[in-house]
Amino acid sequence: MSLRSPLGRVLGLGSAKDGTGHWWAQRVTSIALIPLTLWFFFSLLLLPGLDYGTVKTWLAVPISSFLAMLLIAVLTYHSYLGTTAVIEDYVHAAGVKVLSLLLLRFLYVLFGGASIFAILRVAFGS
Amino acid sequence: MPVRVRPLSPHLQVYRWQISNTLSILHRLTGVTLALGLVALSYWLISLAGGEETYAAAMRVFASKVGLFFLIGWTFSFLFHLLNGVRHLFWDAGYGFERNQRHASGWLAVLGALGMTACVCLVVWHGLHT
Repeated sequence: MSLRSPLGRVLGLGSAKDGTGHWWAQRVTSIALIPLTLWFFFSLLLLPGLDYGTVKTWLAVPISSFLAMLLIAVLTYHSYLGTTAVIEDYVHAAGVKVLSLLLLRFLYVLFGGASIFAILRVAFGS
Repeated sequence: MPVRVRPLSPHLQVYRWQISNTLSILHRLTGVTLALGLVALSYWLISLAGGEETYAAAMRVFASKVGLFFLIGWTFSFLFHLLNGVRHLFWDAGYGFERNQRHASGWLAVLGALGMTACVCLVVWHGLHT
């Protein structure tokens, strides 16, 4: 007979060592991404062309650059949560796992930050 | 402590291949594909901020055969991940677990994504040739 409580036994189990926070954030970001991605997708599709002038003029409109920044932020976070789960599931060697998760986190901040900075440059014309 | 190889309960090999597990795998696959698309999106935005020449260079990359292949792949991945994601959200809320509902929503996600990808290709093609 085990004297550990049911809660004590499940805490820290699973490949990620935690779960509900990650699971919930994945759902919340996915709901937010439905309107954001559709807005981006249809905006590009409905532009008269994808030449420099048209795209730049469109993205420089405050509402476009604002929504694009929100999109990149939420998309980056959602994608980070997803690929993190993939690595946690399939990479089993402890050292490689920690290193790849760390590398992934840096890459997401790098690309997400670079994208948002690029949108700001278009929005403020520098 | 020596690691002893213990018998594992059978898992993957005892299951019949069916639409549920196929779409589950496809959801992950398209998710990872879209993560790579995020890098391309980042490149596109940076090129736009860089000016007319860097943007034109980026657009040449995207308009190449390999570029178009990836763009169509990302379009399908996005549409499928979106539709199947909504399917997952319904499950999370407790709906759509019946066998026929599962199968119908699964086929809707795959065929819907394929059909919408074809529509997007047609719209873009039409835009390029008028």
